[in-house]
Amino acid sequence: MAKSKPKLAVWKFASCDGCQLSILDLEDELLALTGEVEIAQFLEATRAVSEGPYDLSLVEGSITTAHDAERIKMVRQQSKMLVTIGACATSGGIQALRNFRDINDFVAAVYARPDYIDTLATSTPIAEHVAVDFELRGCPVNKHQLLEVVTAFLFGRKPMVAGHSVCMECKMRGNVCVTVAHGTPCLGPVTQAGCGAICPAYDRGCYGCYGPQDTPAMPAMSKVLEAHEMKGRDIQRILRTFNAHAAPFREESQRHDAADDQG
Amino acid sequence: MTRRTIKVDQLARVEGEGALHAQVIDGKVEHVELNIFEPPRFFEAFLQGRDFREAPDITARICGICPVAYQMSSVHAMEAACGVTVGGALRDLRRLLYCGEWIESHVLHIYMLHAPDFLGYEGAVDMARDHAALLQRGLRMKKAGNAIITVIGGREVHPVNVRVGGFYRLPERRELTALHDELNWGRDAALETVQWAAGLPFPDFERDYELVALRPADEYPLNEGRIVSNKGIDTDAAGFEDIFEEIHVAHSTALHGNTKARGAYLVGPLARYSLNFDRLPESVQAAAMEAGLGRECRNPFKSIVVRAVEVLFAFDEALRIIDRYERPAEPSVPVEPRAASGQWATEAPRGLLYHRYDIAADGSIRVAKIVPPTSQNQPSVEEDLRDVIAANLALDDDALRGRCEQTIRNYDPCISCATHFLKLNVRREGGGETCDAS
Ligand code: SF4
Repeated sequence: MAKSKPKLAVWKFASCDGCQLSILDLEDELLALTGEVEIAQFLEATRAVSEGPYDLSLVEGSITTAHDAERIKMVRQQSKMLVTIGACATSGGIQALRNFRDINDFVAAVYARPDYIDTLATSTPIAEHVAVDFELRGCPVNKHQLLEVVTAFLFGRKPMVAGHSVCMECKMRGNVCVTVAHGTPCLGPVTQAGCGAICPAYDRGCYGCYGPQDTPAMPAMSKVLEAHEMKGRDIQRILRTFNAHAAPFREESQRHDAADDQG
Repeated sequence: MTRRTIKVDQLARVEGEGALHAQVIDGKVEHVELNIFEPPRFFEAFLQGRDFREAPDITARICGICPVAYQMSSVHAMEAACGVTVGGALRDLRRLLYCGEWIESHVLHIYMLHAPDFLGYEGAVDMARDHAALLQRGLRMKKAGNAIITVIGGREVHPVNVRVGGFYRLPERRELTALHDELNWGRDAALETVQWAAGLPFPDFERDYELVALRPADEYPLNEGRIVSNKGIDTDAAGFEDIFEEIHVAHSTALHGNTKARGAYLVGPLARYSLNFDRLPESVQAAAMEAGLGRECRNPFKSIVVRAVEVLFAFDEALRIIDRYERPAEPSVPVEPRAASGQWATEAPRGLLYHRYDIAADGSIRVAKIVPPTSQNQPSVEEDLRDVIAANLALDDDALRGRCEQTIRNYDPCISCATHFLKLNVRREGGGETCDAS
């Protein structure tokens, strides 16, 4: 009997579908990939579903409902390896902005039938609920990094994904530093590489969609932003986007709460 | 009493999480629900208090399949609020970027999500076993669309280069002309796609929809135009909320859109095409006619042909814009905030996407309202399902279920888009305590 192909499953929680779409955006590699693995569960792409256990589960999205908090445990049980993909899954995503607000603010907003909707007060990353074997950052993930991670897991090796900053990537790409050259505020020094330093290459500052790098110097970052005329409120805003719940960004943004009150 | 239940617990090949539940009692369709259980993400709530310049990057994250649509509706709404119009080459570039998204999104749907319904496969991967060349053509076309987005926007999902007022960096002429050959190939492939799609088997099915789309003065709609319908609507975006409303229903985390006067309406390719046939270039009109479409199309199953026609248009338009592109001096025009309200609608691949923002003098967003195509179409999907089930009761359960799924996929429903909205009921972790709005 021929050796059966490893089973790949793709799961969705609260998300925009952009990270799993990155798999279908691998136009040149997609058919080769499906030759190597059995797509056992990928609802966006196929009706066909085959039973677990799965060799590798890719999980997109964050946990925002009681039902999903249970469902992720089921996914974990059925998966030999579980890799989270994207800012929603690794840090709670943009929907984690609810974590900073009194949830009553939201509820107090005019609402026809609140009784129809169930949701948790927080949006949390998958790793706060179950053990995760690898986290791939980004909003969205870089599709080439995604392919590297899938390949690495299928061959049982460690993925080659750097934990250094976007600044390093800028230097590798030969970008001119937007802060030094144009005084543009940029989160590159504290943000994890992986995107290819796209924003600076497009003449704008990094806005942190890959989340904090391994050793981010957050207070120093705030000083640089302040030196480039960002107010406390604006610094808080830029830290609170797609990775707002990631600890270094979250804690630094909370330091600017007082400034926010005055503004 | 005989009771027949048609259930699809997890809809596949749609963007997001949904289910279908229908009930037939004594041969009568009693109950049809397209359940959307995708968890809401409350974009409108957390846009409050953000800076007006953040809207394009934040709202892009509503949908990974059509982020450009969100960026386009939001920047135009902000510019409307601030009294700024962006014209010339910047306007062209925005159109070009949108063409890239139409191609990427439509081709994904045509080849990977919808075609398997017509050809009898579970998905594109098993379709590829028998139709490898077909799928390869689709993938290459999709890649060509994505290449436009990547060159202008920096990356295909959530491009980084769109800002209120224009762009951060403008492409050099040679960066765009480098796309030329592949887009030329894409235009030919799109024509083949139209011809191929026209040969698929279509159920005989038409409904008297109220079709709603943008209609510009002298072009096929993307970023602007009056909002019109075949039943007399003719308004600018500022009049949208007077005419349309959204209703919250129990079985869905998406709101349902209706016209206040007449109920369900239809947005998307069928509506765009039928209301703007005369705005298509002649060569595209001819291809549509040859494909047997006529100047109007009310058969939702034929939306796959109409999408193919729009892909042909998008390649054509992209080439036209690239050929005449001269890089302007400035990548954006200055936009100063003021206390005002701005409304705008653009044509997302799935249809009209309306945004309204009320902003304060310091540029903070006070109110954000977003009405995506999938919520507007939801009542029409359910009405289609009702009719499709009634007309196909002779089919066995599996076949009927398949036909229902196909009916839903006619809309290329984007459930992630549909469930962005504001309001919620909270169950606190562990406690089970419930807060209700007063
Ligand atoms: S991380 Fe960003 S791109 Fe990925 S699913 Fe979440 S919102 Fe979408």
